[in-house]
Amino acid sequence: MSVPVRKTYKLYVGGKFPRSESGRVFQPAGNDAVNVARGSRKDLRDAIVAARKGLATWSGSAAYLRGQILYRLAEMLESRRDAMVTELRLGGATPAAAKKELDNAIALTIWYAGLCDKVQSLLGSQNAVQGPFFNFSTIEPTGVIGVIAPDAPALVGTLALALPLLVGGNSVVALVSERAPFVGMALGEVAAASDVPAGALNLLSGHRDELAGEFAKHRNIDGLLVAGAPDAELTQAAADNVKRVRFCDLSKASWNNVEKLRALSWVEPFVETKTLWHPVAP
Amino acid sequence: MSGSLSPTEFRVPPVDAVALETRCADLATRSIKKAAKVQGLKLAIAMMDLTTLEGMDSPGKVRQLCQKAMRPLPSRPDLPSCAAVCVYPDLVKIAANAVAGSGVQVASVATGFPAGRTDRRTKLREVELAVKAGASEIDMVIDRGAFLSGRYGVVYDEVCAVKEACGEAHLKVILETGELKTYDNVRRASRIAILGGADFIKTSTGKVSPASTRPVVLLMLEAVRDHYLETGKMVGVKAAGGIRSAKDALRYLVLVAETCGDAWLTPEWFRFGASSLLNDVLMQLEKQRTGSYQRSTDFSTD
Repeated sequence: MSVPVRKTYKLYVGGKFPRSESGRVFQPAGNDAVNVARGSRKDLRDAIVAARKGLATWSGSAAYLRGQILYRLAEMLESRRDAMVTELRLGGATPAAAKKELDNAIALTIWYAGLCDKVQSLLGSQNAVQGPFFNFSTIEPTGVIGVIAPDAPALVGTLALALPLLVGGNSVVALVSERAPFVGMALGEVAAASDVPAGALNLLSGHRDELAGEFAKHRNIDGLLVAGAPDAELTQAAADNVKRVRFCDLSKASWNNVEKLRALSWVEPFVETKTLWHPVAP
Repeated sequence: MSGSLSPTEFRVPPVDAVALETRCADLATRSIKKAAKVQGLKLAIAMMDLTTLEGMDSPGKVRQLCQKAMRPLPSRPDLPSCAAVCVYPDLVKIAANAVAGSGVQVASVATGFPAGRTDRRTKLREVELAVKAGASEIDMVIDRGAFLSGRYGVVYDEVCAVKEACGEAHLKVILETGELKTYDNVRRASRIAILGGADFIKTSTGKVSPASTRPVVLLMLEAVRDHYLETGKMVGVKAAGGIRSAKDALRYLVLVAETCGDAWLTPEWFRFGASSLLNDVLMQLEKQRTGSYQRSTDFSTD
């Protein structure tokens, strides 16, 4: 006889799976029997502290290693295919759509894994200057970046926004789909099994209305990437602490088209360029 | 070899470790919000001995620390100054000049800090020089070697001698509870220091882990309270080392209020020895004022 074990979807913060400090849960529409941790602004605060620590580890590790870790993320998605499809189905996807989304997610992850050790050459440059100097431009991560993922697609939406940031060496705190948080939170289980350093990727579930403003206001988040139409209120709150904000308002077709989601232009907005001058030996 | 006191004077009631830790954990759950939190955090600043005790300390760093102690956040003139700066003896003069006239005290560690393993004459001379250089508070360490081998009289005599060498300066006696191992030892060391004339008993040097823990501070507060009930004489407590968050500081203040009462909730009778705590308290105060969580790089270090 088997005992059914119901899963409570927990947050993924600093490599651990805590419940919300507030003790709250919510039931996404259509899933009244499933409890998902409802993150609070204090959970966000804790995630930022974890992300600050994770940033040092993640950005300090070699680009090759980052590539290997993201590749392993894809491996884990592949080997947990059944579990991930179940989570997607719980979020309302048809069997065909769930399979398609998982295929897209894996394709996307593999592509960004391969980009890790190339991004420095692609976005950096050696510049011609007047005078006896080598002049290099190299890229550095912007820092801790907040992500507010779209409601759908639940898995690809989170990955498409988070992966380019990770490739740039940033650490990420992502608020996953509010309507279908299941697969986003299962992504934490995949990340934990992939050697992603604690704090490099943090996942929160909860109400977007409650948390989006807190992302914008928090002074210790360096950038914000938001799925959806530009929102003046968020921009204004973020401007107060000079935070870079980008909105990506994609059509449903674009979200389902991997080709649109994998490009260097997704990495570029959240890296900084440092230029070095070095004297040429006589 | 022991001084004028009989060894029976150093007897203390045994400590119930489970009850002590349970009470500590219970008091830690108290919720302090909004206006009370702001008041508590301001009080924590006023109680702080801003400390730098590194081999690499420089005159410049000490001057900067003094600035920070006098005006913790230049944009917030409503915030109090710290109680004192705490430095090594050779930097006392620089600190004393930097804080002159501000009301911020200069505390100096002495007596072979942090291990205390030098000759008694060296220790006393060090204290005299620190006082002469301008220290108004002396943080001495007890002889843990003597204490742990049961020579309580030696420890007591040394506290008495240092107290005399301090003259007008306040004496804080560091028990280094991380090395005393048991709560009973902490309670006994507290009694010896109090009998020896300590104005303050202090948990730790900050060089040994664990440094200050809340159960240990609760125990020391109880020793102080019992001494007050017995003799009517007040002694201060200083929690030093390992206190890094504003939330932790507030929990200490709850212990003080619940154990010794409001009379001890002043910089005169309770102190924090800390360095990184101040910025966290400032961040929380700014959070309360602005409503946004702060970024640590917006606050000066040292």
